[in-house]
Amino acid sequence: MSLDLLLFKITLLAYFVATVLFLVEVIARHRRTATIARWFLIGGFALHCLSLAVRYYTLGHAPSASLHEALSFFAWALVGIFLLFDLRFRLNVLGAFFCPLALVLMIVGSALPTGVQEGNPILQSWWFPVHVSLAFLGDAVFAVAFVVGIMYLLQERMLKSKTFSPLYYKLPSLDTLDSINYRCLTFGFPLLTMGIISGAVWANSAWGGYWRWDPKEVWSLITWFWYAALLHGRLTIGWRGRRAAIFAIIGFLALLFTFLGVNLLLPGEHSFRALQGR
Amino acid sequence: MNILVVGLSHKTAPVEIRERVAFAPTAMEKPLHEMLDLPAVAEAIIVSTCNRVELYATSRTPEAAASELRRFLTQYHGLEAELLDSYLYEYQGEEAIRHLFRVASSLDSMVIGEPQILGQIKTSYGYAAEFKTAGLILNRFLHKAFSVAKRVRTETSIASNAVSVSFAAVELARKIFGTLDDKTVLIIGAGEMCELAARHFINNGVTQVFVTNRTFERAAKIAEEFNGRALPFDDFPDHLHQVDIVLTSTGAPTFILGHKKVEEVIRQRKNKPMFFIDIAVPRDIDPKVNDIDNVYLYDVDDLQGVVAANMKERHKEAKKAEGIIDQEIGQFFRWLASLEVVPTIVALRSRLDEIRKGEVEKTLSGLKDLDERQRRAVEVLSSAIVNKVLHQPITVLKQAQNNAAGDSYVEAVRVLFNLEPPRPEEELKTLDDPE
Repeated sequence: MSLDLLLFKITLLAYFVATVLFLVEVIARHRRTATIARWFLIGGFALHCLSLAVRYYTLGHAPSASLHEALSFFAWALVGIFLLFDLRFRLNVLGAFFCPLALVLMIVGSALPTGVQEGNPILQSWWFPVHVSLAFLGDAVFAVAFVVGIMYLLQERMLKSKTFSPLYYKLPSLDTLDSINYRCLTFGFPLLTMGIISGAVWANSAWGGYWRWDPKEVWSLITWFWYAALLHGRLTIGWRGRRAAIFAIIGFLALLFTFLGVNLLLPGEHSFRALQGR
Repeated sequence: MNILVVGLSHKTAPVEIRERVAFAPTAMEKPLHEMLDLPAVAEAIIVSTCNRVELYATSRTPEAAASELRRFLTQYHGLEAELLDSYLYEYQGEEAIRHLFRVASSLDSMVIGEPQILGQIKTSYGYAAEFKTAGLILNRFLHKAFSVAKRVRTETSIASNAVSVSFAAVELARKIFGTLDDKTVLIIGAGEMCELAARHFINNGVTQVFVTNRTFERAAKIAEEFNGRALPFDDFPDHLHQVDIVLTSTGAPTFILGHKKVEEVIRQRKNKPMFFIDIAVPRDIDPKVNDIDNVYLYDVDDLQGVVAANMKERHKEAKKAEGIIDQEIGQFFRWLASLEVVPTIVALRSRLDEIRKGEVEKTLSGLKDLDERQRRAVEVLSSAIVNKVLHQPITVLKQAQNNAAGDSYVEAVRVLFNLEPPRPEEELKTLDDPE
């Protein structure tokens, strides 16, 4: 096993332990476990950074050219963004909702072929790492919005129906969840926008055209408009709360489809097979 | 030395009995000293609150001490001889330790998790310390109880959810708004519950209060009390959009706020959430209002439901607290057992003998030319010294068995010679087989 794969496996294990501990914390309400979970997550993240760096070094291009690499990279972005949000909000329950997401991506990633494709000149462009970093960081921020959206809906349901599950006592206030949703939008939208623009620039340098209407480009644009609508609604019409939460949830599902569905189901320049030059 | 408690609480005795055995906090010296004067009692603390009266003591003869304490409680308050028998409970040793730990952690309280009891026990302990009726064991015991209570409070959420209707309203508001600091409350009508809830809101950060009432003078009076602003009753709907939290308790026979009006207000507020608390019976606000997005409406029954759910949560947390207490009992009990005289003497002897053997071996290995007789002489000499040195301490320790100050000698010996507290199994063995 190559070094980067070994590191990847250990990272996966660390994320798994962190996820279990976060869930235990929420279910059994054992406060100390959350601290241990955080350390596992931070440790896993450090290893993950190392794993990606080693792979970057051996490949000579950003490790995001195969689906395995892309999933690992996305999971890395998710955990990184979570740790950033955690610095500000310190919400154990967010960890319990968020870590499973990163874990699932890692598990799927580990099940895929990890082989290395080399010699594709378009991957050597500097726009490639810029494009995927921006796109995945944007996706990760919207993943936070997705998760707090779900938490908002759960909590709102309980407050309206006046029946409280044990989770109720763990969730932060509706106002906190809604303001995280807003903050995600203000961070995620510029990232997504720049991700799309940098992709266009890269496409121009690689294929000699900014926009080719391949399915991934179309879906990115749809998602971009969706989030633009939410941002507009929030800023001008006073959309908030439940509606904003539902928008964020649908938006992230669309993002996931853009990322995975398009690659797997629809042909185009972004499908990894095409990238690998067959 | 054994710890014991004799007492009664809201669980075993009605208030008519509890009030007859209560001790006045202003005059604790007399009962504490009388209790200490009982022949079988070595140390004494009295805990007396409106929900419980408990006598804590240490004794070498706990059975005798228990019946002396019962008699003391009856005679001190001049009660008929058998009156208290069916109300009193009595615990010894581990059970007594568990009892105080549970009481201090508020697991035995009428409302589980209420915070006052710890302060009350601290005060009781303060009297015992002031009048010097608590010795080594009770001092350590009470401090342990305080730290257990603190652990329970920080490691479980036994006290974190409201168990009163008015405070439950505040917590719900926090769940909706996060902070209440910049929020505005409107009080419609007047009622004790309403005012109590309003006061809770103000104590938790709400700064702006509007008050309205059918009689304006009354509104003005309440507004003054809360440093707020009175509104004429007919005008209040026009101010609703400035208000985050609405408390109503009018005597109106029909709804004073309907679905349509609230929908309009929410639109005006750009969907900023509103929280309606309807304490009136019959209700003031159309229950359909709760279906509007970003509007939360709770009536009295709903709030009581929240309180019941919180109570259930506290009971769940109480189970976790029992686990913490179990751990702590083990620790404390080990310390208590270490104060037993006989095992301490055994441990002291073997510690010194260990040292003696080590030193003798070292010396003899350097003196190879000694013959068997001389070697034995060295052995005998060293044993004689150790025995001589030990004679006086052991005599003191044996005498210590019979007086209250003895425990501090035992503890001193343990510390000075670095003797480990015995493990439970060893402890039994050494007790059965002294020397």
